[in-house]
Amino acid sequence: MDAEAAKLIGAGLAAIGAGMAAIGVGNVFGSFLESALRNPAAADGQQGRLFIGFAAAELLGLLAFVVAMILIFVA
Amino acid sequence: MAGQEGKIDPMHQFLIEPIFPGGFEIAGQTINFTNSALWMLLTLGALWIFMLGGMKREIIPGRWQVMVESFSNFITNMLTSNVGENGRKYIPYVFSLFMFILFANILGMLPIGVLGLHPFTVTSHIAITGILAVVSFSIVLIVGFWKHGLHFFSLFVPQGTPLVMIPFIAPIEFISFMVRPFSLGLRLFVAMTAGHVLLKVLGGFVINSTNAGAGYGLLVGLPSLTLMVGISALELLVAVIQAYVFALLTSLYINDAENLH
Repeated sequence: MDAEAAKLIGAGLAAIGAGMAAIGVGNVFGSFLESALRNPAAADGQQGRLFIGFAAAELLGLLAFVVAMILIFVA
Repeated sequence: MAGQEGKIDPMHQFLIEPIFPGGFEIAGQTINFTNSALWMLLTLGALWIFMLGGMKREIIPGRWQVMVESFSNFITNMLTSNVGENGRKYIPYVFSLFMFILFANILGMLPIGVLGLHPFTVTSHIAITGILAVVSFSIVLIVGFWKHGLHFFSLFVPQGTPLVMIPFIAPIEFISFMVRPFSLGLRLFVAMTAGHVLLKVLGGFVINSTNAGAGYGLLVGLPSLTLMVGISALELLVAVIQAYVFALLTSLYINDAENLH
């Protein structure tokens, strides 16, 4: 395979990681909302943890984006 | 790859260019006043005006003062709930960090492109976010070693770890500790870069499809433009969330140094 083509295919494959991170972020917010509706009084106190979970899940998607960018523009 | 004929290059917006020609040389590097520096100064100016307008200390606060006070209360609450009363001395640092990132993110979103000017997102460069992350990380290291001395290394062994597990847990904890400045800086930089690239790619769709004819413009350009409006709103949300996450993670790391779990 041509090296240029392989790079582009790799960058496209990295998009799978971004999609997986979407599942993760959705899971974080979905679970939060689910339990927040069960106990709305406790929800406000957990907002910090919500965003920690969001940041951790999102980071991996962003890493996939970095991999794609490196493959297209740098490698 | 980038900048082919007739293509709109989504990465061009991140180009750092000198505003004035010339500049002076230090050790083989040309030092120039770049657009990045200009937008950092603009961020500083906007922040300055915002803070000055709200620091009049009136007994009955006006709208502006309420705005500024709600921001500082927000940071105060974040630090006291994450670090405890000891965290109060970090309020100035975390507050400036939060406000700088927030203002830089939002100024980079300004739609002044319609006037022919080019907004530049300062936080879309790892050079800047990396420095912010390194400063946060150094504060953690300095405070940790200052307060606890070599006892700070017990951070790598969570409380109640069985003796057998320590050789396995400690390296993992060490790596997760050392990765913090990278993940902190990378997150902000990539989140801003990704959003702006996405907006420019969609903008390229609108321009190219409209140039190709009215039919294509209606079929591709109009949905892209609608999507751009939605994504711009999402980007504003991301700008706020990323500033919040940066400040939140900084306060959590400070908590590690201050209280040593």
